[in-house]
Amino acid sequence: MSANTTIEPVANPRAPLFRRLPVVSHFNKSMGLQRFMLVVGLVLTGIFLLTALAAPLLAPYGFAQLSDADGSFPTQQAPGGKHLLGTTVGGYDVLSRVIWGTQTALLVIIVAVVLSIFAGVILGLVSGYIGGWLDRILVVVADAIYAFPSLLVAIVMAIVISGGQSSLFGGILAAAISITVVFIPQYFRVIRAETIRLKAEPFVESAKVVGASNVRIMTRHIYRNATRTLPLIFTLNASESILTLAGLGFLGFGIEPSSAAEWGFDLNKALADTTSGIWWTGLFPGLAIVWTVLGLTLVGESINDLNDPRLRGRKRTNRKGSAAAAPAAANGSGPATELSNP
Amino acid sequence: MSENLGSLSDQQDRERTTVLDIDHLQVTFTTDGGDVHAVKDVSLDVKAGEVLAIVGESGSGKTVTAKTILGLLPETATSSGAVLINGANIISLSPGRLRQIRGRDVAMVFQEPSTALNPVFTVGWQIAEGIRAHAGANGGGRVSAKEAKARAIEALGKVGIPDPEHRVNYYPHQFSGGQKQRVVIAAALALNPGLIVADEPTTALDVTVQAEILELLRDLRDKYGTSIVLITHNMGVVADLADRVVVMYQGDIVEEAPAKTLFAEPRQDYTRKLLAAVPHLGRNSASAGLTERRHQDEEVLVAADNLVIEYPGRLGTPAFKAVDGVSFTLSRGEVFGLVGESGSGKTTIGRAIAGLNRTTGGSLKVLGYEMLNLRERTFKPLRKDIGFVFQDPAASFNPQLTIGECIAEPMVIHTRPSDAQARKRVGQLLESVQLPASYAGRYPHELSGGQRQRASLARALSLNPRLLIADEPTSALDVSVQAKVLELFRDIQEEFGFGCLFISHDLAVVDILSSWVGVLYKGKLVEQGIGSQVMGNPQHDYTRRLIASLPVPDPAEQAKRREEHRALLGI
Repeated sequence: MSANTTIEPVANPRAPLFRRLPVVSHFNKSMGLQRFMLVVGLVLTGIFLLTALAAPLLAPYGFAQLSDADGSFPTQQAPGGKHLLGTTVGGYDVLSRVIWGTQTALLVIIVAVVLSIFAGVILGLVSGYIGGWLDRILVVVADAIYAFPSLLVAIVMAIVISGGQSSLFGGILAAAISITVVFIPQYFRVIRAETIRLKAEPFVESAKVVGASNVRIMTRHIYRNATRTLPLIFTLNASESILTLAGLGFLGFGIEPSSAAEWGFDLNKALADTTSGIWWTGLFPGLAIVWTVLGLTLVGESINDLNDPRLRGRKRTNRKGSAAAAPAAANGSGPATELSNP
Repeated sequence: MSENLGSLSDQQDRERTTVLDIDHLQVTFTTDGGDVHAVKDVSLDVKAGEVLAIVGESGSGKTVTAKTILGLLPETATSSGAVLINGANIISLSPGRLRQIRGRDVAMVFQEPSTALNPVFTVGWQIAEGIRAHAGANGGGRVSAKEAKARAIEALGKVGIPDPEHRVNYYPHQFSGGQKQRVVIAAALALNPGLIVADEPTTALDVTVQAEILELLRDLRDKYGTSIVLITHNMGVVADLADRVVVMYQGDIVEEAPAKTLFAEPRQDYTRKLLAAVPHLGRNSASAGLTERRHQDEEVLVAADNLVIEYPGRLGTPAFKAVDGVSFTLSRGEVFGLVGESGSGKTTIGRAIAGLNRTTGGSLKVLGYEMLNLRERTFKPLRKDIGFVFQDPAASFNPQLTIGECIAEPMVIHTRPSDAQARKRVGQLLESVQLPASYAGRYPHELSGGQRQRASLARALSLNPRLLIADEPTSALDVSVQAKVLELFRDIQEEFGFGCLFISHDLAVVDILSSWVGVLYKGKLVEQGIGSQVMGNPQHDYTRRLIASLPVPDPAEQAKRREEHRALLGI
């Protein structure tokens, strides 16, 4: 009889911290097409990140450089020779602008997402937990922001913050804050919904019964349980923030070409070139945008699928392996342990 | 393990046709933690007009076996062996053929009737759906809407829904819980399948309703010769309904025997342990031999006087009175058992005492504090004297904190001990609930259900409370685990001497622990008294009905009780 066999109840000793990190743990869980998508996304994103970090080494010229020791750069030169991807109508080197543009994009992503995560998480927690009139007002404001086309809000914010034109950091901050305003409602919504769900969980009630203060319940019990979905929104929003930045630049609310390289701005300037058959000034910044957004979106979507046990693919079981002992003891160990306890 | 099959099934059974034949079934699930062998090697058969009960604790593989019969396993499962229904092997059938067999040859009754019915369609439509789905396959051509409805009405009539012509057009929310389960059974019956698989059909229902549904299932077998595979963990239900019993443990069949034989002479150790763990009304009573209420000279911890708790109604509807004029007292050292069905207000009272719900009328004094117009700031100092044990041990621990951190939390809030002090106290507490002190470093998901509930008790006891509220602390646990937790609970209560409000829907469990019992019905305390007297000689009609509906785990005694129950209801 198997009724008396004792199985140690501890089924999953905690994995080392490294293997529990969001993307690493997802990679370990993935397989098949899902793993392929995740890997492609990670490779695209990784190259983007490396380029941004190593831009000073990779770029042949500065982003605002118009001449070198041999004299001024030619304008609208086709790819080849000294300028691998050609030059723009203003005489900028396209390759250098594309490489330097990764830095701008990365900075904007970081600033925008960090700002919106902080504000969104705090507002969501407070609004969901305390409820009442505060909650209602915040939800209405968040809905109102949703109702605006996000690019319109971003334009208005850019004008308010910097008057539309600015230096590198002014420009990046303006773009980042305008993106932040658009994204706060998303984080707010997600965290608020989770908070409302968790508020009714017995472990929160048990903290209440024990006499824990509201601040303690919010920070210790709800916060850590409510933020599990953040890596997903983070990656999806990162790609959206690049698109918003490019949109702002394209419309002329971006960063001056002398302050930083910005793909959207370059696309704008390349508009007139297309009719005269100059394709390289528009194609490469555009490809850079597609590259980055695709990479981040693939990572985000894969994480989304892998987080959901119903969407996650698994290896089929080996029919012959049925004689082997089941390694996951969690399923049957409960009663066994109880019976064998003194 | 199956060598005694042949000898146990009697001569009569062999002559009847076999409806279901499961042969060496194995089911394996792929999970993140590797393969889980849910069903290892199960062989059983069901004869026409027979009720076969599969019993076992959670994780024994009984539900997986039931789902295999209908081919309802999720994609992650791999099965081998044979499941034969009328000669067709379910495991190897194509989805199209499987669809033809479902509903026509075998149907399923689910645990939770309110989720098994689609709320946006009428019950008639849902019953007719099955009839029309099979119309083409039976060679009878299409079934008109009118004819399908007529057959739905007939099915509703069979399961005892009054006025079926009219109610066929009702939506699920217009029925009570027991009636919904009748509708689900009607849907299962619509095509006259030879076999019904009922997965915990009465677990979500109250005892009095459970008795009615069991009665209905018995009628189905007797009148229409339907075979039933009954999956349950409740030994009382098995004793009431089953002809033959299969006991499962960790994916294997431990024992198979006719119901009477199994209860009278269980052969295997596991079966014996399982049966011994089932609480039995009247045995092991805490109040046996008592003639007057104990602990009356001690301090009164809770005093309710004409207590009213209302939940505000929606626009235009009056407020709902969850608790209506309840008066009782609870003294130090006493265990007050509060019994009632769902919606009787028992949990509301417990939550009000802990300050989780507000009272709206009358008076409720907890440790001398008037809970009407409760102010959290003035009540907070008293919280250290109140412990609370929740129903679901899995949900009442923060999954991100270790067991040690959870148990220490009340101390951290109220007495602010040093780390070393807290660790020492957590170790003591864990030992007093019979868990190793090393468990403090584990996370809640690394403990089994019973261990978690012990840890939950340790947390409630961490500040030596004068009052403990236990809200259905064992109803989420398996019987054998429940027996251990109850025993521990009783020992600890005697040792620490706190006053305890023990809330449960299970009369037998309440009887084991509490000397003074109150019975709640629709928000009113209809009866209170010494446990053994309330159970042995109930005064109120409702208490009588409640006790009569409770199935006892003994087929012979249950048959006798059933007759009494019928007489009581005047059938």
